[in-house]
Amino acid sequence: MERPEAETPQVPDERTEKEEERKVFQRAQEFLQIFKKGAEFTQELLRINEKLRYGVARLEEENHDLRRAIQPETAIQDLERRIQELVHEKEELLEKYTGIEQENQDFAQRYVEIEEENNNLANLYIASYQLHSTLDYREVLQIILEIVINLIGAEEFALLLRDEKKDKLLVVAAEGVSQDEIPPITIGEGIIGKVAETGENYIRKDFTSPETTEINNPLVCIPLKIKEYVIGVIVLYRLLRQKTQFAEVDYELFTLLAGHAATAIFSSRLYSESERRLSTFRGFIDLLTR
Amino acid sequence: MTPIKILVVEDSPTMRQFICFALRRLAGVEISEAADGVEGLKKFSLENFNLVMVDINMPIMDGLKLLSLIRKGPFNPKVPILVITTEGAQADRDRALSLGADAYLTKPTPGSIILKTVKRLLGIAD
Repeated sequence: MERPEAETPQVPDERTEKEEERKVFQRAQEFLQIFKKGAEFTQELLRINEKLRYGVARLEEENHDLRRAIQPETAIQDLERRIQELVHEKEELLEKYTGIEQENQDFAQRYVEIEEENNNLANLYIASYQLHSTLDYREVLQIILEIVINLIGAEEFALLLRDEKKDKLLVVAAEGVSQDEIPPITIGEGIIGKVAETGENYIRKDFTSPETTEINNPLVCIPLKIKEYVIGVIVLYRLLRQKTQFAEVDYELFTLLAGHAATAIFSSRLYSESERRLSTFRGFIDLLTR
Repeated sequence: MTPIKILVVEDSPTMRQFICFALRRLAGVEISEAADGVEGLKKFSLENFNLVMVDINMPIMDGLKLLSLIRKGPFNPKVPILVITTEGAQADRDRALSLGADAYLTKPTPGSIILKTVKRLLGIAD
């Protein structure tokens, strides 16, 4: 194998050396520039690092303050206090609610009572108004019957008036029972006679009506009184089938009838009597002046 | 406001006054009264009533006859009719309802119940 011919070393000339030096210098300059930039960058990093350290220190301090401000025990105590306040508030509200509910119930109850009172007053007003709306004796009797049927709810009843001469009660009107079935009743005898004597209402304890009406066993007797003098008695034997018991207003109506029916009957009788006498006098005067 | 016209057919002046007293609590009500079925029918044919209230036991013409004539008649046959009577038997109630009554009340009845029933029939809120 043939060995290559050895190269003869070349001797650099002066120009090349200078060129080399210049290149080295230039590289050194470049390196120095890079180094300077690195130093500036490091300085910048150091400044940022310093700022961050400062920020961390401040946050730690704030964190410390906050931790101190919000101690767990205090927070729980605060929450418990708040819960107690809320429970108390809830109890107060419940109490208020109960109070308002009670008040509401009271108002509803009061409304019902007023409504009932209003109904009762309407009944009494109408009964009173009708009783005094006429001076005709027959009309007064008819109105008493209407009140007993429509406002009290009686099916069988009779109206008896006192006969002054015989001192007996005689039937003048009846509904549901024949007038012939009711004989004259002596004052003081039997239930009806005793009511006429004492002037006290009679209300039978046993409300169940017997199959056949017993004249001497009435359900209710209402004496018709002018002051303490009894001029008659309203006798109830049987109520309408839908009327199973007396209401408060019925007792009020009994009281009203006891007084107002008596005066209405008495006034209408007097009026009829005076009308009759006036007519007689007129006839007599006409006869004299003819 | 259109008035509410109600015809009350009832022979008892006491009961008529009682019913009218209860009805006057209705705002804008106009009440006409009749004392028997014939008078009631006459008044009914002359006006357009919103409601009719009738008693059963009346002279000349009873309430059931009037009820039947109104329902079969050409004039306002669908008017609500309320019967108020002393007749409390179920048979009487059934008869009135079968003839076309819209409601049936038995005497004695409180004014508030009459008013409540009338309001229901007229579709007025209580």
